[in-house]
Amino acid sequence: MSTNRALEGVGTFLDDRLHGARGIRVFLRKVFPDHWTFLLGEIALYSFIILLLTGTFLTLFFQPSMSTVVYHGSYTNLDGVSMSRAYDSTLNISFDVRGGLLMRQIHHWAADLFMAAIMAHMIRIFFTGAYRKPREVNWLIGIILFTLGLLEGLFGYSLPDDLLSGAGLRILEGVLQSIPIVGTYLAYFLFGGPFPGTDIVPRMYMLHVLLIPGLILALVTAHLFIMVFQKHTQMPGKGRTNTNVVGQPMYPYFMAKTGAFFFFTFGILALAGAFAQINPIWLYGPYNAVAMSAGSQPDFYMGMLEGALRVFPAWQWVVFGHTFAFNVFIPALLPLGALFTGAAFWPFIEQWVTGDKLEHHINDRPRNAPTRTAIGIAVITFYGVLWAEGANDILANHFDISLYLTTEIARIAWIVGPIFAYIITKRICLGLQRKDVHLLEHGVETGIIRQLPNGEFIEETRPVDEEARAILESRPHYQGLPEATGSDEEVPAPGMRGAIGKARERLYHVITESVPLPTNGHADGHGNGHAIEGNGHSVEGNGHAEPAPAAVPSGPGQSGNASDDEPPASDQL
Amino acid sequence: MSDTNAHGQPGEPARGDDLMADLAAAGEPGAGTGRAEGPHAPHRVIGTPAPAEARTMLADEPEGRAAPRELPADPEDPVRAKRAERVVAALFVLAMLAGLGFIAAYVIFQVHTVNNTLHSNLALGITMGIAFLALGAGATIWVRHLMPQIEVSEERHPLASTPEARAAFAETFEEGAEASQFVKRPLIRRTLIAATVPVVVAPIVLLRDLGPLPEKSLDHTVWKKGTRLVVYGTNRPLTPADFNTPGSSLSVIPEGYAENDDALAKAATTLIKFRPGQLQAPTVMNWTVNDIVAYSKICTHLGCPAALYEQTTHHILCPCHQSTFDAARGATVLFGPATRPLPQLPLTTNAQGFLVAQSDYREPVGPSFWERS
Repeated sequence: MSTNRALEGVGTFLDDRLHGARGIRVFLRKVFPDHWTFLLGEIALYSFIILLLTGTFLTLFFQPSMSTVVYHGSYTNLDGVSMSRAYDSTLNISFDVRGGLLMRQIHHWAADLFMAAIMAHMIRIFFTGAYRKPREVNWLIGIILFTLGLLEGLFGYSLPDDLLSGAGLRILEGVLQSIPIVGTYLAYFLFGGPFPGTDIVPRMYMLHVLLIPGLILALVTAHLFIMVFQKHTQMPGKGRTNTNVVGQPMYPYFMAKTGAFFFFTFGILALAGAFAQINPIWLYGPYNAVAMSAGSQPDFYMGMLEGALRVFPAWQWVVFGHTFAFNVFIPALLPLGALFTGAAFWPFIEQWVTGDKLEHHINDRPRNAPTRTAIGIAVITFYGVLWAEGANDILANHFDISLYLTTEIARIAWIVGPIFAYIITKRICLGLQRKDVHLLEHGVETGIIRQLPNGEFIEETRPVDEEARAILESRPHYQGLPEATGSDEEVPAPGMRGAIGKARERLYHVITESVPLPTNGHADGHGNGHAIEGNGHSVEGNGHAEPAPAAVPSGPGQSGNASDDEPPASDQL
Repeated sequence: MSDTNAHGQPGEPARGDDLMADLAAAGEPGAGTGRAEGPHAPHRVIGTPAPAEARTMLADEPEGRAAPRELPADPEDPVRAKRAERVVAALFVLAMLAGLGFIAAYVIFQVHTVNNTLHSNLALGITMGIAFLALGAGATIWVRHLMPQIEVSEERHPLASTPEARAAFAETFEEGAEASQFVKRPLIRRTLIAATVPVVVAPIVLLRDLGPLPEKSLDHTVWKKGTRLVVYGTNRPLTPADFNTPGSSLSVIPEGYAENDDALAKAATTLIKFRPGQLQAPTVMNWTVNDIVAYSKICTHLGCPAALYEQTTHHILCPCHQSTFDAARGATVLFGPATRPLPQLPLTTNAQGFLVAQSDYREPVGPSFWERS
């Protein structure tokens, strides 16, 4: 028991001074709901920790200097070549420091994994509606973190001053120059004069190892504190309500699982660093302004910007002796800017359109918010087309099609693709909802065929079990738009008047469009005829006129949900 | 079953509170008496039984004290648990061995050549990967097969403060504001605001020396009348006779600037030899020598070296964003996002017969910028 006494002694010492017993106990039994998609954010977090660890190692050997040296190191292919100290020290890390190459490769893989995990995490948050009140602040922090991650990555892979990343910096210079009025000043201030100068690597180094990681660390901390404070969302299920959180406690369960997950992440990255070569700067050679190789590609998270620059037509105005390089600053700033701005405003737009000011702690199944899901897929399509266009030379080469054709396709697809994606996704979501409704109404097919006395064959079904029913019946709950009060229904409520009010109402119907649940399963009745579920005929297009099972009350009289003048959808057919 | 609190009152203590006590109790003999199902019940879900069931179970418990949780006193299947324990221990031993292997690999495998580095990298990465994966796998099996599987429910409380708390906050805030007299004394308020403006602006001013102003520097390159063209890489000057294979192209730079990246970033030039008659307007014929034409190598889109030249079509392609220029026709844009042709460098030969520039480029090279007219 001496271990126990020692622990007790430490605990007493700390609690006497820091008063932690109560608070830490609460934290130890904090409940963490389980779902595989909740791991995506953890991957991002652990990649970031791995970046800090491996990055710290790299700073011990890297020299952020652009002064010229002549290489006489272990990589004999570059013997006698003059290069910057930054490139020279990166070669030394790769070939003369034991474990240096491994740390470099893990660092680079971890950066890619960090960005990929952030993207996947954001996509999960969006499609499940986990950004809704009260989590809008964390959604915004996430968008800022993503932006910082982009910059951090760009500066990071440009540090070795190799031929490939130098081309990236050259593009950055060109983009800055194109910005009206202040562009050339920005470029000269960043590079300390004309490109490339000798200032950019030390400056990027400071931004990469100090300023941006510091900001990311601070924001990640805030992100996690808010998450702990607000408690995690949970997936719908039996016993899970908007006022509880069901899962396993922090100590020892979550602690052990998340610890294991950190090791998995690190282990996978270590194997990637061992087997998968990444950014072999010694093959690219040191930067010079004259040379360039074909098939140059940035890291994947920059691909969308690259694609936007490739796809945009050559538009430019020269007015009053000044150049508006639309061909550069629009694709460089607009698509990603619109994406981030739209993402930042989306929770508030949705709140305004639906009039919904409630807290949401149960995640939506994506199919149950068809419009949101369709918008999400449309945005992903938009992003995806530009991202693929960022590698169009590789695609053209690989699939043996004309390079220009890929760009022409992308020029159409980045506009038409999202529209189709929206329409198709929405139809799929509504179809899946219909399948859910069918399951609720008719039960699960058992595969048992029975012959009735009259000779008819029927397949037996069994009702869905309670767990499944809880999931199938979970639907986003909208508070509803402000309604006209009093007897005068002709006068719209405040906030619903004028053109904006009309548009809002129309958007409301688009956003809340859903296949109505079977009436007996949906007891939280909107009693009046305005309930959106009443508009089922717009989506309930298929004519399943077969008799409803006895369990489902189909008569208008039994349905608490439908008003007198609005019979249930199945009766209209 | 003390934790079915879906219907809990806000004032009630969260029922999850007693988990740790219960976990401890679960280990003691007899702690599980009175549970509804035997220890063989697989994956007992605690926390979300139907309300009726929960009530029945609560009724068994003494009043006023939180009930011990229904945890199996021992693993459901001692044989399986023992096996899981051995697997976990084996994985931890493997992690330890791999960790030691990492240290050994660090000592054994030297670097300093490409092959040695390859072996060192593989040895270090594999041992490190195995160590971490084994640790992770061990911990996961431990949680899933040895720890009793429980699920608890914790109550959420509305995040908004109570109206009383908000009112009290507002009162305190107003009291403080009143005490500070910030509102009452506009003189202080306005001068304070006036004082903060320069404090905010000053750091921005401080950034002014990050770089010189561009002035007219973007309009010019280092080429001037009489500068010899030298081959990039060898720095050899050229005569038209040295460069007489139609269809070939060369990167050239101004003589004396081979080590000056700032100069080359604008002055890099592509030299292309054509067959007689192939060059057409708008190529400026007076700026060519023996069907040799010189274009800026700096792409007018974003400044990448427009490095790819296709002999048969006379296309110059920039590998960055695929702007394509027609070298036979004044490097006009055929495709891609570039808006302007690659500027043409006026060529001539000097008294010794070497190719030289007649002058600088007659227009700014490289990407568009605001001050460019």
